[in-house]
Amino acid sequence: MIADIVTIVGKELKEILNARGNRRGGIVSILIFAGMFGIYLPLMTGPDWVQTPASLFYWIWLPFLMVSGVIADSIAGERERHTLETLLASRLSDTAILLGKVGAAIVYAWGLTIGIILISVVSVNLAFGLRDGTFYVYSPMAILATLVFSLLIALFSAGLGILVSLRAETVRQAQQVVSVGFMVIFIPVLLLAQFLPQETVAKLIVWAETANWTLVGIIAAVIFAALDAVLLSLSKARFQRSKLILD
Amino acid sequence: MTFAIRTQALSRSFGPVRAVDGLTMDVLAGTVFGFLGPNGSGKTTTIRLLLGLLDADGGRAEVLGFDTQSQADEVRLRCGALLEHNGLYERLTAEDNLVFYARVWRLPKNERDERVKSLLTDMGLWERRGEQVGKWSRGMKQKLAIARTLLHRPKLVFLDEPTAGLDPIAAAALHEDLINMAQREGVTIFLTTHNLAEAEKLCREVGVVRKGKLLAVGALDRLRAQAGGPRVEITGRGFTPELLDKVRSLPDVTEASSENGKLTIRLGQAIETGPIVNLLVTHGAEIEEVRKGKANLEETFLTLMNEETSEEAQA
Repeated sequence: MIADIVTIVGKELKEILNARGNRRGGIVSILIFAGMFGIYLPLMTGPDWVQTPASLFYWIWLPFLMVSGVIADSIAGERERHTLETLLASRLSDTAILLGKVGAAIVYAWGLTIGIILISVVSVNLAFGLRDGTFYVYSPMAILATLVFSLLIALFSAGLGILVSLRAETVRQAQQVVSVGFMVIFIPVLLLAQFLPQETVAKLIVWAETANWTLVGIIAAVIFAALDAVLLSLSKARFQRSKLILD
Repeated sequence: MTFAIRTQALSRSFGPVRAVDGLTMDVLAGTVFGFLGPNGSGKTTTIRLLLGLLDADGGRAEVLGFDTQSQADEVRLRCGALLEHNGLYERLTAEDNLVFYARVWRLPKNERDERVKSLLTDMGLWERRGEQVGKWSRGMKQKLAIARTLLHRPKLVFLDEPTAGLDPIAAAALHEDLINMAQREGVTIFLTTHNLAEAEKLCREVGVVRKGKLLAVGALDRLRAQAGGPRVEITGRGFTPELLDKVRSLPDVTEASSENGKLTIRLGQAIETGPIVNLLVTHGAEIEEVRKGKANLEETFLTLMNEETSEEAQA
């Protein structure tokens, strides 16, 4: 099973890199992400980039964005390009195919995010660390939180995306639904932050200053892990050869 | 006798449409079996049922001794399939496509490289292995898809309209490749097609299907005899309607028709043509050429289709 998943992941990653017609296009889009989040923003922000928790937001949002960009294509793309039926006619199990698809999106997004974090640390230290004689790096807790939450959020994005991709007839339809779905999730959060009464905001700030963030982090992680498990279970239930053949 | 495929009253409906209707047939191992029928006759659905990709509504099927519903994984493990679409990853290179499926079929690394090289070389594609498949011609893609189908040395290969959309030269080359592959690899080939010349060239036995029903199955010669039988074609002049009636009244003549100076007589069994020629000459016909022959597969096919249509109309 593991070998089959790895096989699918390898094929998917090659397809992701060649999605723009050739490998150069795929590498350029990765370099754009790396340049923006690994070099430009850290240099604009300075040492604070690795010393305050603010940049963690980027490391959680980035894999979410990257996964949503590739996951819509996973099943809908195979269906649209008429490769799905041949894959289903092979010896691979449903679980191996599904986990391979999800795994590829995670490896791509989470792996790149970790790579970009390392680049950003190097950028900050080359620009400011050498000047100040200090090695700027995230705290161990920040590193742990980043790794855990970027993975859980990437899984969340992949779980939602693969469900949509399983049902969509075309890649474009899947991408549209995924984009609208993620807007539905994010916009209320942003609006809530904008329009919360001052009193409530003040209370939240006080709470944030006194909260046990380790406990909050653990609770949030458990909630996301549970959501991820539910989404993957739903995807597994939906992934049936006989249904996919006829869709 | 070993059978690669055995079906018993196999059926599958989609809503009110009976896509496969009580299909009962056996396919001998090691042969090329043609599954013939017009578009929408249930050929692709039959392949999907045999591969366990769809569940049957009724009946059962065994492929290589495994039940297609309860042992579908075992069936797929031993079969190769080139389905309606070639299923190639067009963003990947030819070599990547084969290496991916070689990994899927768990070929060991050494064997994988050797097998990929050998198949690409056999198909004349080795020099172009590093090119993205999306840029290839349809004929080259079909060759690559066939190579992929044979990668894991399956015992049974399903080919769904493998030459559809190919130009005659590419189709002829593919026929040759198929025959060579079948002989070299010793596989059973289940070939669906509506190209009757292709079936006649490649297949030892055929099944004819229409609207999900199997109209006939068996060796080509037997089907020809069943549907058309031997015939005599006589070229000349003076084939009047009265003379045709006299010919029809002869024993073992099942049908006689004349068109553009060519008289075609279908016979119940192979008989001497002398009495027929004598009769024609005696009644004033001038004969230039007499040729004995058998119905070709196209005529056999059309006869079967017409019989079915007549039965439907009567019903």
